Amino acid sequence: MFQRLDAPSAHVTFDFEGRSIHAAVGDSVAAALLAAGVVDLRRSPVGGEPRGPWCLIGNCFECLVEIDGVPSRQACMTLARDGMRVRRQRGAAGARA
Amino acid sequence: MSAPMELAVVGAGPAGMGAAAQAAELGVDVTLLDEQPAPGGQIYRGVDRVLGERPETARVLGEDYRRGASLTAALRRSGARHLADTAVWDLSVRDPDSGALLPAGEGLTLGLLRAGRAEVRRARVVVVASGAMERPVPVPGWTMPGVMSAGGVQTLLKASGLVPGVPTAVVGSGPLVYLVAWQLARAGVSLAAVWVTVPWARRLEAAPAMLAAVGEYGQIAKGLRWRRELRAMGVPLREGVRDVRVVGSERAEGVVGQVGNTEQRVAAGLVVVHEGVIPSIALPRAAGCALHHDALRAAWAPRTDRFGATSVDGVLVAGDAGGVAGALAAEAAGRLAGLEAARRLGRIDAGTRDRLALAPRRALERALRVRPFLDRLFRPRAEVLAPVDEAVVACRCEGVTVATLRRLARAGCAGPNQAKAFSRCGMGPCQGRMCESTVAGVLAAGLRRDVESVGGYRVRAPVKPLTVGELAGLAGLDTPPEIVGGVPIGARRRA
Ligand SMILES: Cc1cc2nc3c(=O)[nH]c(=O)nc-3n(C[C@H](O)[C@H](O)[C@H](O)COP(=O)(O)OP(=O)(O)OC[C@H]3O[C@@H](n4cnc5c(N)ncnc54)[C@H](O)[C@@H]3O)c2cc1C
Ligand code: FES
Repeated sequence: MFQRLDAPSAHVTFDFEGRSIHAAVGDSVAAALLAAGVVDLRRSPVGGEPRGPWCLIGNCFECLVEIDGVPSRQACMTLARDGMRVRRQRGAAGARA
Repeated sequence: MSAPMELAVVGAGPAGMGAAAQAAELGVDVTLLDEQPAPGGQIYRGVDRVLGERPETARVLGEDYRRGASLTAALRRSGARHLADTAVWDLSVRDPDSGALLPAGEGLTLGLLRAGRAEVRRARVVVVASGAMERPVPVPGWTMPGVMSAGGVQTLLKASGLVPGVPTAVVGSGPLVYLVAWQLARAGVSLAAVWVTVPWARRLEAAPAMLAAVGEYGQIAKGLRWRRELRAMGVPLREGVRDVRVVGSERAEGVVGQVGNTEQRVAAGLVVVHEGVIPSIALPRAAGCALHHDALRAAWAPRTDRFGATSVDGVLVAGDAGGVAGALAAEAAGRLAGLEAARRLGRIDAGTRDRLALAPRRALERALRVRPFLDRLFRPRAEVLAPVDEAVVACRCEGVTVATLRRLARAGCAGPNQAKAFSRCGMGPCQGRMCESTVAGVLAAGLRRDVESVGGYRVRAPVKPLTVGELAGLAGLDTPPEIVGGVPIGARRRA
């Protein structure tokens, strides 16, 4: 879906639903996932249809994912870090953190 | 609670950097807060890293982007303290402990989130330089994955050096449409279509305003150059496109639109949409600043005086947050707010402020000359503000359609806050950012009133999502004001 213009100087690796995602240092979780071809990050808690990042600056909340067990994290506002465990947000915005 | 800040500036874009540097140069103890990892704001996001480490990204972004480095350098020289990765989730005139109004002159309360910990800090003066956000683009299919805003795509480019690797369509109105298309084309992205939705008639409407731009045609010339170069690069650029919709099943597969007299369909794996930017005013709203609705720009903005002072004592607004006018205007307005902050904090008197204000005031006035033209040319079309297609989703979070809003209007619904109670629109995690203009637009059209009288959503802290874990760190707060539980608001009700 997205590709890099410059070779990254350093990498981080995190887990997305069992898959290893290699990202550049400084990538948001959303950017890293888009670079890895993942576009849909959650389903609408109301209609169930897939949703994906829209604004990438923290306004639309369409990028909500579960990070290290905490639901409703904004993938576009969270820097990718080594060893993170990221999952798609399921159904209703999920239980409280 | 930690020690009060003397001047807190929220947002490290051109406006916030200008305000912070100006006040710090005059001896004010400045704390500049921004949720981004580095200064730059939207236009110059990531500028130091890109110029230092990513030559191809820097080339693609173009000359204007480089200017940001001089602002970040001036900021560093000024001695202002920059707290990166710090989101501001509240601005209030209340004492966080008692909830009582702080006496005039006693300063403001800010809620901050840093490194997973919420904290509450006092500041004597606050400059809100939170910039702008993109207007929602409520067209059929806009909720599908694979539809992104132009600013979003640009954010991926600036922050991560990413460009689309699939055939891409760019659709909409505003300078950013041309700019982003031009940047993507320079990066070698396959542009399946660039469809500009500015109606032809807008050019006639805007033409007289060219006079006001005398001497400042640079911006217009730049726009014309982007267009020319897009054509020269062989990009299929079409203007005056109407009735655009995104097609696909589970994700975007292309766009359909009325191009001239024919309906065209273009396949694209990524559809980039944009219909202009509007001020980000969650914080001034939370603080209770008086707002006005600008009918031409179809957006709310805080009322301010010539230095950016709002109706709330101690709160100033600078840059796009006070009305969208672009980066050069933001930088100058930031300087003006920085001067006024320094005056309020006793570093300079009014005479010195006015003398030092001459240069930034001139810069601001020059930068504003082209706005009447741009505002008229790119004035949002009626169907962007109030879509006619009833199936269009207005509130993405709660799945509320235009049909529902029209029904509410027919039933005499008074405004967005009442619509919220009846339909849940605006109750999701985005707190209404993505639907307010559509909800107000459809209600206003249905009620035959103007948006100003229909009003906007009431906004309450936290204006940024907080988890219970983050709130647990809140020291010195017995009864968090109106914050019950944190987490995006939509999540709370279903928990
Ligand atoms: C996504 C996007 C991309 C844009 N790209 C361009 C471009 O390439 N060229 C151009 O000419 N114009 C662009 N614009 C228009 C742009 O808004 C102005 O040109 C310019 O950036 C305005 O400067 P500013 O300082 O007022 O605000 P901004 O540059 O938007 O800076 C505001 C800053 O405040 C921070 N912020 C906001 N709210 C909070 C909060 N609650 N807590 C902490 N930090 C906060 C943001 O992170 C941001 O860094 C863009 C606008 C958007 C929305
Ligand atoms: S993509 Fe809009 S909030 Fe993350």
